[in-house]
Amino acid sequence: MEAAAGGLCGSGPPLLLSEGEQQCYSELFARCAGASGGGPGPGPPEAARAAPGATTAAAGPVADLFRASQLPAETLHQITELCGAKRVGYFGLTQFYVALKLIAAAQSGLPVRIESIKCELPLPRFMMSKTDAEIRFGNTAELHGTKVQIPYLITEKNTFKRIDDEDKQETQSPSMSPLASPPSSPPHYQRVPLSHGYSKLRSSTEQMHSAPYEARQPLVPPEGPSSGGPGAKPPRHQASLIRSFSVERELQDNSTSYPDEPWRITEEQREYYVNQFRSLQPDPSSFISGSVAKNFFTKSKLSIPELSYIWELSDADCDGALTLPEFCAAFHLIVARKNGYPLPEGLPPTLQPEYLQAAFPKPKWECALFDSYSESVPANQQPRDLNRMEKLSIKDMADFPVPTQDVTGDDKQALKSATDEALPKDMSEDSATPKDSNSLKARPRSRSYSSTSIEEAMKRGEDPPTPPPRPQKTHSRASSLDLNKVFQPSVPASKSGLLPPPPALPPRPCPSQSEQASEAEVHPQLNRAPSQAAESSPTKKEIAYSQPPSKPIRRKFRPENQATENQEPSTIVSGPAPVATVKTHPAVQKQSSKQKKAIQTAIRKNKEANAVLARLNSELQQQLKEVHQERIALENQLEQLRPVTVL
Amino acid sequence: MAVCVAVIAKENYPLYIRSVPTENELKFHYMVHTSLDVVDEKISAMGKALVDQRELYLGLLYPTEDYKVYGYVTNSKVKFVMVVDSSNTALRDNEIRSVSMFRKLHNSYTDVMCNPFYNPGDRIQSRAFDGMVTSMMIQVC
Repeated sequence: MEAAAGGLCGSGPPLLLSEGEQQCYSELFARCAGASGGGPGPGPPEAARAAPGATTAAAGPVADLFRASQLPAETLHQITELCGAKRVGYFGLTQFYVALKLIAAAQSGLPVRIESIKCELPLPRFMMSKTDAEIRFGNTAELHGTKVQIPYLITEKNTFKRIDDEDKQETQSPSMSPLASPPSSPPHYQRVPLSHGYSKLRSSTEQMHSAPYEARQPLVPPEGPSSGGPGAKPPRHQASLIRSFSVERELQDNSTSYPDEPWRITEEQREYYVNQFRSLQPDPSSFISGSVAKNFFTKSKLSIPELSYIWELSDADCDGALTLPEFCAAFHLIVARKNGYPLPEGLPPTLQPEYLQAAFPKPKWECALFDSYSESVPANQQPRDLNRMEKLSIKDMADFPVPTQDVTGDDKQALKSATDEALPKDMSEDSATPKDSNSLKARPRSRSYSSTSIEEAMKRGEDPPTPPPRPQKTHSRASSLDLNKVFQPSVPASKSGLLPPPPALPPRPCPSQSEQASEAEVHPQLNRAPSQAAESSPTKKEIAYSQPPSKPIRRKFRPENQATENQEPSTIVSGPAPVATVKTHPAVQKQSSKQKKAIQTAIRKNKEANAVLARLNSELQQQLKEVHQERIALENQLEQLRPVTVL
Repeated sequence: MAVCVAVIAKENYPLYIRSVPTENELKFHYMVHTSLDVVDEKISAMGKALVDQRELYLGLLYPTEDYKVYGYVTNSKVKFVMVVDSSNTALRDNEIRSVSMFRKLHNSYTDVMCNPFYNPGDRIQSRAFDGMVTSMMIQVC
């Protein structure tokens, strides 16, 4: 989204404003900008025309204005996003005009898209229930209210870069840090659905906690009446607020069939959840096992009974594993709980897996399914989601062939794919897409890379004499990471493979020796061609396995990991040195930059391999647990089968 | 239909016990406790055939003056004990009813088990399980 806005504001389509529009917009802008001055200067028309170059409009009056447009808050936020104010952090002239245009488009019933503003539109209508003086007055009060409100919101979610209070936000520690492993890009709109009602309430600090709590209890928006409760606002502001809010609420009810805003997952949240899901489980169509999810959710520092309850709510089919929609629902519930929402008695309709799957299909991976889902999507979300998802799906379809070509992990191809990465990034209009397409590209590349390296290593592992049956199991496991269709059938197969006892292990050389030997072997390789660093890592693994240690699984992976880690520093160290000595001077700089790229690629690849191996490890641990349980069950059976001797 | 429902772990301590009339809970606890001996007797007598569903259901453990106690054991030696009011004649077709009710209990129990945050051996605090048991017990009156 942000790239889209950036693209728009940077070199976007020129805004075609008619004269009337120009006049109206500049007036509005001046009004907002003038009010933002804080001083008593209202925005008379002449001042408006005289100062079109006012730098920014404060977000307070702007937000007010937008709300006066009687559009649902979601649309408003979308507009804010689209016009680029989120990206740049303020409402500049361009952003403001674009926003007004979008409001006009939304009010005419057009979907909120950049293209909508290109056509002829009527002027946006604002329910100006306030005079200029009121706006000024109300704005200062609102600004105060906004600022007062923000700390609560920040302690709530803290990750929302509210336009008018960015500095405050950054001083607070994120409440999502336990969960958010990539805290740098938390969803901007996490705050939105949860405190959707709160932005309307504008209550004072001490009442924020109580009033929202009560308001949230029925999970319906009776926020109109409850907004009358906290009386710490100027009455006319309140009255206008209630009026505008009630209108908005009607609009809201018309547009959405689910009034329980805190349980609705926005697009940004959804992406965040999906990314988290992917970090736990590469395939979005597969599911996360119970133990993995447990470890992950335990990081949220909620109490175990609460987590247990959340799991109960979200695991609809009670299979002990979370599919993507279930995971999103669970994550959302956890997020809500951490922010003070009481847990619902039953799973809210917006968090039902069917709803989540329909509203947010998994188009990045399955575009065919998306077509079938598009009919079931509720109509109001359809234009927004469809357009966005279409873009995503089309682009991702185009992106898919690109990374799959770079399977072998050759550096040159990796560099090329890096440049290919850059291209779709420029093309994309959604900021979500580059993020996802990057991860998208990273995923197939890492998976395919891991498949080649691990499979080769596994095959090598089976060459030496008396291979234990376990490597076969890991082989199927490793490949199952990539061939997710094989995931299910491979599990019982691997389990059965474990039952026969492994044969006697032949004596094996010291692993350190093997590593040193392999390192020594690798060094000449590195000295020869630093650009083949990525290739040498699979080679190195092969060398490590050519020593015939038929080790158990963990040993196999440890040397692999160690090999990988040893190779990284050695690559870095030995890389530049041979480059300087071997190559001639004129080519040194070119080589070193090429070298750097190669090193970085190698590092990245190694990191990906590490991640893959870490995943493998966790999966194997899981398997181990299951095997233990099986064993216990079998022992039980054995006990029963044994004749009763003691009576 | 049940007046009291209890889930007993393999080591014969209760994971979950709940009765409808809040008075005389202790009496129900005692009854459940004594019924465990009967359950153990039936299990040991059964021998190998534990996989069959019919064997999971132990049937009437013993009748008392007011109540009947039914038992059910799972493959992992978790026992479900249900105390039913004798005057409740709707449970005449006890095989079907008990099988269905114990089946529901068993399903709910496996759902609780599937929750990764539940450690086997903890007391069952699942609200879904509670709800299911309440539905079974409310049917009485």
